[in-house]
Amino acid sequence: MTPYLTVLVAIITREALRFVHQRERFIAALVRPLVWLLVFAAGFRAALGLSIIAPYKTYITYETYIVPGLCGMIMLFNGMQSSLSLVYDREMGSMKLLLTSPLPRWWLLICKLLGATAISILQVYAFLIIAALFGIKMPVAGYVTVFPALIVAGVMLGALGLLLSSFIKQLENFAGVMNFVIFPMFFMSSALYPLWKMAESSELLYTICAINPFTHAIELIRFALYLEFNGMALVWTVLAGVVFTVAALWGYNPARSGIRRKG
Amino acid sequence: MNGLRVSNLSYQFGEKTALDNVGFSLDQGDFCALLGPNGAGKSTLFNLLTRLFVAGQGQISIAGHDLQKDPRAALATLGIVFQQTTLDLDLTILQNLRYFAALHGISGRDRNRRIGRVLDRMQIADRAGEKARTLNGGHKRRTEIARALLHDPKVLLLDEPTVGLDAAARQAITNHVHSLSSDGTTVLWATHLADEVWPDDRLIILHNSRVLADGRAKDICGGDTLENHFLRVTT
Repeated sequence: MTPYLTVLVAIITREALRFVHQRERFIAALVRPLVWLLVFAAGFRAALGLSIIAPYKTYITYETYIVPGLCGMIMLFNGMQSSLSLVYDREMGSMKLLLTSPLPRWWLLICKLLGATAISILQVYAFLIIAALFGIKMPVAGYVTVFPALIVAGVMLGALGLLLSSFIKQLENFAGVMNFVIFPMFFMSSALYPLWKMAESSELLYTICAINPFTHAIELIRFALYLEFNGMALVWTVLAGVVFTVAALWGYNPARSGIRRKG
Repeated sequence: MNGLRVSNLSYQFGEKTALDNVGFSLDQGDFCALLGPNGAGKSTLFNLLTRLFVAGQGQISIAGHDLQKDPRAALATLGIVFQQTTLDLDLTILQNLRYFAALHGISGRDRNRRIGRVLDRMQIADRAGEKARTLNGGHKRRTEIARALLHDPKVLLLDEPTVGLDAAARQAITNHVHSLSSDGTTVLWATHLADEVWPDDRLIILHNSRVLADGRAKDICGGDTLENHFLRVTT
């Protein structure tokens, strides 16, 4: 095995072991979208009428509509959770071990990113299985075709988490991330309502939702679940992922690293 | 050329000078204690030596590799024990060592052979399957030293590794680390405790961001105890 592959396998294994050791994190990651799916969606089903929009061929229930958005929610929260653990690692010192490896720092951070994405995808599939048990099913082949979409979306959201972790100095500052990143990204997206609904109430909000990369990640997942390809969503998601990754790698440059600022 | 060379090293935190024109040279197999009070600049020096910080001025050469120009080759020859524990507490000793081996691109049989060797060397082979969280402070430190030796570093840096240990564990670790240079490894041991330095050790005293003294400990003390001498020159 090449050193690059060795370190990739080791970092993904470590992330997986940490995840297995934190069972409550796994349960929390599933409970959150399930509450939205089984409680929130049930309440909103009557209030929110949905017309037939791509990729759906017929009328769908509100529960069915929000499943891709909740997959995105899992990945968004997991990206932030990984970011939180990076800040924790830095405060506790174990990040130093990673950053003093002789392998290129960009590769080590990419490995962390891929490790976090792998955990996200596991959670999404667990959620999709539970949703199916409650009768909210996708086309069988959709569970396969969504896999690459989940990788792209997971890497983009993980890169956002990595970027945030490179700029956040202390764990205490993470509350701000909830208010200024997670909630705006989630609510100003197509996760809970189609964008045409948003356009009816505010053109400005519609525009913000339309450029929100989280919207495109969700649409990429939604189309892939129904065996369709959304090129525009892919381009936006990849573009945002590249921008976030490059900025995160710059943030972890030793010449201006977050560790340096800690003194 | 093996060993550690530091020349004209300076570093600023904003307006505050953390290191001011620091320089010293250690040959292969040297053991050197870096003694300084809290805030002297020891941790900043270690962060520069490990490339967690990038020096604004000066040069660092590790086993003949310039850290600025060829950081990967330099880091590959460097073993580090950080002041804070950097073990993953939820993983076993063995899992921690495997993870570290991978960070150095070491895998397969070679990895297993190296892990077996360092576990024996640090006398913790019987604890390999235990989670790091269950170990006492002394065994955690032994594990970290074992980990730092896994890739056969030419230069070993230890940043106050006895902090928080009881007297017995502190003495055991101090004795053990003194023996590490016998196989040709260059050892730089940072401490703020004078009793961890032996009379024949090479000693560098760092104070107020500068090198205050560099030589053999007993020569620097001039007949006085190191503790008295250290207190006199740093207060």
